[in-house]
Amino acid sequence: MPIKSLDELRALRASLQKQVDLREKGESTEDVVEILVGMGTCGIAAGARDTFNKLLAVTEAKGLNVKVISVGCVGFCHMEPTIQVNLPNEEPVIYGKITEDKVEELVETVVVQRKLMDENYLIKSFGKAVL
Amino acid sequence: MSMVNIVINGIDLQVPKGTTVLDAAKEVGVHIPTLCHLDLHDFGVVNKVASCRVCVVEVQGRAALAPSCAEMVYEGMVVNTDSLKAINARRNNLELLLSNHPFDCLVCTKNLDCELQSLAEELNIREIHAVGEKMDYPLDKSSNAIVKDPNKCVMCRRCETMCNEVQTVGVLSGLNRGFGAVVAPAFNLDMAETSCTYCGQCVAVCPTAALTERIDLPKVWRALSREREHVVVQVAPAVRVAIGEMFGMEPGTISTGKLVTALKRLGFNAVFDTNFGADLTIMEEARELAHRLEHGGTLPMLTSCCPAWVKFFEHQFPEMLDVPSSCKSPQTMLGAIAKSYYAEKMNLDVKNLKVVSIMPCVAKKAESARPELSKEHELNVDFVLSTREFGHMIKEAGIDFAKLPDTEFDSILGESTGAAAIFGTTGGVIEAATRTAYELITGENLEKIDFEDLRGLDGIREASVKVGDIDLKIGIAHGLGNARKLLESIQKGEAFYHAIEIMACPGGCIGGGGQPYHHGDAEIIKKRQKAIYEIDKNTPRRKSHENEMVLKLYEEYLGEPYGKKAHDLLHTCYTPGEKI
Amino acid sequence: MRERMTLLVCGGTGCMASESEQMLIDLKNKISELGMSDEVRVIKTGCFGFCGQGPIIKVQPDNVFYVKVKLEDIEDIVNEHIVKGRVVERLLFVDPKAKNLVKEHKDMDFYKKQYRIALRNCGFINPEDISEYIAVRGYEALAVVLNENKPEEVIEIIKKSQLRGRGGGGFPTGLKWELTAVHRREDKYVICNADEGDPGAFMDRSILEGDPHSVLEAMAIAGYAIGANTGLVYIRAEYPLAIHRLETAIAQAREYGFLGKDLFGSGFDFDIEIRLGAGAFVCGEETALINSLQGMRGEPTKKPPFPSEAGYKNMPTSVNNVETFANVAPIILNGPEWFSSIGTEGSKGTKVFALAGKINNIGLVEVPMGTTLREIVYDIGGGIINGKEFKAVQTGGPSGGVITKQHLDTPIDYESLKNIGSMMGSGGMIVLDEDDDMVEISKFYLDFTQDESCGKCTPCRIGTKRLYEILDRLTKMEGKPEDLDIMEDLCINIKNSSLCGLGQSAPNPILSTLHFFREEYEAYANRTKKVSYSINADKCIGCTKCARVCPVSCIAGSVKKPHVIDEDACIACGACYTACPVDAILKP
Ligand SMILES: Cc1cc2nc3c(=O)[nH]c(=O)nc-3n(C[C@H](O)[C@H](O)[C@H](O)COP(=O)(O)O)c2cc1C
Ligand code: SF4
Ligand code: SF4
Ligand code: SF4
Ligand code: SF4
Ligand code: SF4
Ligand code: FES
Repeated sequence: MPIKSLDELRALRASLQKQVDLREKGESTEDVVEILVGMGTCGIAAGARDTFNKLLAVTEAKGLNVKVISVGCVGFCHMEPTIQVNLPNEEPVIYGKITEDKVEELVETVVVQRKLMDENYLIKSFGKAVL
Repeated sequence: MSMVNIVINGIDLQVPKGTTVLDAAKEVGVHIPTLCHLDLHDFGVVNKVASCRVCVVEVQGRAALAPSCAEMVYEGMVVNTDSLKAINARRNNLELLLSNHPFDCLVCTKNLDCELQSLAEELNIREIHAVGEKMDYPLDKSSNAIVKDPNKCVMCRRCETMCNEVQTVGVLSGLNRGFGAVVAPAFNLDMAETSCTYCGQCVAVCPTAALTERIDLPKVWRALSREREHVVVQVAPAVRVAIGEMFGMEPGTISTGKLVTALKRLGFNAVFDTNFGADLTIMEEARELAHRLEHGGTLPMLTSCCPAWVKFFEHQFPEMLDVPSSCKSPQTMLGAIAKSYYAEKMNLDVKNLKVVSIMPCVAKKAESARPELSKEHELNVDFVLSTREFGHMIKEAGIDFAKLPDTEFDSILGESTGAAAIFGTTGGVIEAATRTAYELITGENLEKIDFEDLRGLDGIREASVKVGDIDLKIGIAHGLGNARKLLESIQKGEAFYHAIEIMACPGGCIGGGGQPYHHGDAEIIKKRQKAIYEIDKNTPRRKSHENEMVLKLYEEYLGEPYGKKAHDLLHTCYTPGEKI
Repeated sequence: MRERMTLLVCGGTGCMASESEQMLIDLKNKISELGMSDEVRVIKTGCFGFCGQGPIIKVQPDNVFYVKVKLEDIEDIVNEHIVKGRVVERLLFVDPKAKNLVKEHKDMDFYKKQYRIALRNCGFINPEDISEYIAVRGYEALAVVLNENKPEEVIEIIKKSQLRGRGGGGFPTGLKWELTAVHRREDKYVICNADEGDPGAFMDRSILEGDPHSVLEAMAIAGYAIGANTGLVYIRAEYPLAIHRLETAIAQAREYGFLGKDLFGSGFDFDIEIRLGAGAFVCGEETALINSLQGMRGEPTKKPPFPSEAGYKNMPTSVNNVETFANVAPIILNGPEWFSSIGTEGSKGTKVFALAGKINNIGLVEVPMGTTLREIVYDIGGGIINGKEFKAVQTGGPSGGVITKQHLDTPIDYESLKNIGSMMGSGGMIVLDEDDDMVEISKFYLDFTQDESCGKCTPCRIGTKRLYEILDRLTKMEGKPEDLDIMEDLCINIKNSSLCGLGQSAPNPILSTLHFFREEYEAYANRTKKVSYSINADKCIGCTKCARVCPVSCIAGSVKKPHVIDEDACIACGACYTACPVDAILKP
């Protein structure tokens, strides 16, 4: 299917963009928002996988530049699914019990409005070294 | 022609655009040494590889030196040929060449006739600073004509230009890399295994002794020294206008009489003229052409007196073997007659009769060894000497050539016509054939003997001659590349000719591979050509069929031209070869 | 589940040689066993450049960089990182200076000072999948120029960017295109020079392996600019992977209509053929390359005429280097001003170097022009191995020379390297330490050039051989003091009068080292080079046997402590060598 114009090429590119997205984000030297999802055994049992998926969907839908990264057990097994949000130039914040249905709200509050989501707020007392 | 202004060594001058720095320098009396450079542009031979770097000069504004032989002038160019940088480089490059060269001068074929040697003298090389390993390739003596000594090769590539671009034979080309680079046949095959035509043009231009003819002179000396052997000699038409050069005579000096005297003094039992063989060739060839015209034979008919051309078409156009005339070359015709008619007449045992040919040619050496050109194991011609070898023979014998009186050829196979004389130049054979064919076909007397249209030096020429009711279309080519072009145009049906003359060497035999070295001076070849036509003009009989001795030969011995016995002795056959 | 992770496995020649192909297969298998094929993408990319640390696997978006991965590590990467999200620490890179683990490649000194234009997609996309290239704006530059620019405007853009040829000569690319464009002939050609014969250079190979489309796209742009419809890539047959990737890329580009007839509906036709070279160094020289393409002996011919006037089939031809081409599309997309804002006054953009020798981090680096040698050696390269003393950097390979300590702060560009007697060349950079013998280094290069000389012209054919012979004699202690003068005369002449760049630059390694390290040559020529035995302190058991046999008593040391030889006093008799029971004595 030969591409016959610049516009066709651009459309094609847009449809292919996603496959390099993860890489571009990873490579990015600008400060992007990182959301780390604890995907240890307990996390997955508590629905972390669905949370992860939802996070990807929501950030994409909102057109946000967010890296969603799966990490090992964060150590708050009773509060799973646990996630850590690293906002640029801010100390990381950990939220607990972020099930799939909480994702929308979390993204809106924390990433878009840059506020704390009080009810799930867990801890903010350590450096980025959780990972 | 547009002119450009340049400055050479501070001298302002104007030269036409497209001039090389080398030629421009000559204009103002500035000499630049050269080695690889060769420019015979009148013959379509120009070697501009600029590989030796012996001619480098300084061009203002450039860090690297430029090879003056290949560097074209441009407006505002400022050249210095005598800066220390240029002089040092030229000497250094020559020193490098010598550091990789055998010091064989004393016993070298090229001694005192070698461009490398003279250059070493000119540039005052007295010491080689960076000595080291030398090339060590075996000597190739495989062929019957050419000796290749790669260790004396300076990679000037003249032979390659000759063999590939001019002759389009493609035997010689650069082989190997770096220090081991040398010019040789593909896969470093022996020359004898290639489709080399032995035209000897590579020999004619090689500045050193890397390519030389096979030296057969010692064999001739030996034959002459054997009481039991009767040694006869024949001399080709082009030799007499060139041999004088070996003795400081002006190129184009006709020295037929001196040459005969010299041969007699050297002790040959009889001195014959290849021109007699040439007249004989015309008798046969003209008859063959008439026969082909009358009986709807293959046309065009191609001449076959040049053995390099013969070898060329055998290898390059094996599908066209029926096109060339079946006539042998004049030297082998004469050899065949000497070993039959002459031997019988003189009551000689053929085993003790040796025929020596003195030829301007390298290919004739190989031709004489062709098996189909012998009869009952006796070669038509036993030894072939080049013009150069002949010159050395005279020198060796202490004969002062320039002071020799004239003598005539021995009568029995010595008479010849002007038609035979012009065999020595391109266009000559076909002109001679036309003179005879005209009278043969029309039965009329030919008034205007000179066919100016057939003369000249253009690589390919054509003319049309009214012979009775036929418009005889004639083609001429000299140089095998031109021959190829002509043949290809015939094959493609683009051109039609009744008869074609082809000579392998640029200019024909006057420019043969066995002639005294022209060292790149095309004027020499032109002067030889002038002399050839001079001989023709001054010969009383100018049509081959008027040669009384030839007519007597048919009467007494051969019978009809193109008849049975003539076929047996004077015609030959060809074998297809491969392109290697 | 949605795609959440991409694993990039280096598929460059170096890493492929260390089983990276099998790792890729194992990774894919394991991931599919776990049913994670949808969420984790595994991609084979081109070279990451950090070849000294290969095989390399990179995880995105985590930006985790695993080095020296072995087949048996795959299990852990999958089970730990992919499944459990835990970084496999033992596979992280250890900073040679800070001695700490570095997780993200952007934190590594090796990558920090690099700026990737030519290598932008190497290690980032799958070179065998055109959709990846398209996803990173591939072929957009071609589409844009065909849509919006006249050929002369394209030339103007390249001229304005001040891009210069990366094949060694540094000739302005825009000007070369213009000189080719002005000739009105029926046929013209674009040739990509991928001969890369410089020993130790592999940047062009990496680009072709990692991002073949960027070269194809640029060739088409060049074709449009100069009025050529045919492109030829001349690549050495010893680059099978690059050839394979190029072939794949050409086929895919044709399928998408990026090569062939009527590109992007513009009416412009362009197609590309691959031609294999036998791998002679001299065939990288453009006239030799063209001769070789035409089936003739691969030897240079005199210039002028330049290929831009009479090149392939005697037609106007633009010969450009792989890396030069790799810069073209970004210039079109980001504008010439962007490009010319990077670099120095006379040299814009970046240059890729193959960093090698006595240095901690070896590999391919791309740095902005003007970066100093010190930054390359100490920051990117991580300094000299084993803490030895820096001696010099050899740049430009067999055509270049050395840069010594005094010039470590020279900003690297075409002119400044030339001014200090070296040259940019194609980008080889070999770091030498105190142990390196400069005469031996020269001998190495001259052995190469005398062997690779095409043999056409006298100064190079015989002269380089003589130079090699002199160096060989010197290093065998068979030289004479006059040899240095003879050698220098020869060098000057070979440089001045050789026919092509190979010969003209062949003496550079000698001239440059003779200039900076003449005493090393003199030591050989005068046969005063000090040779002495020494002791490997790690092996020495302090038995004192050597000290007792030394006739000049130059070995010191107390019992059971490593002994030391006074190298100045040593007469190299070898008595200690024979006496040592544990082979701790090192021969000179
Ligand atoms: C001996 C020699 C070897 C060369 N080898 C290469 C090579 O491998 N690759 C290359 O691109 N240029 C090489 N060059 C330079 C080319 O002749 C030519 O200048 C270059 O390909 C032009 O491309 P650029 O202007 O993009 O640099 C070599 C030159 C010489 C004298
Ligand atoms: S070729 Fe010339 S230089 Fe060489 S040995 Fe013969 S005469 Fe001497
Ligand atoms: S003799 Fe003629 S054909 Fe043979 S190699 Fe020499 S030039 Fe070529
Ligand atoms: S053989 Fe003779 S003509 Fe041929 S390259 Fe060597 S020196 Fe020149
Ligand atoms: S043209 Fe004459 S000299 Fe030359 S090869 Fe033919 S016969 Fe011999
Ligand atoms: S300089 Fe060397 S490589 Fe170049 S033409 Fe001369 S011999 Fe050949
Ligand atoms: S004569 Fe000019 S380079 Fe040889």
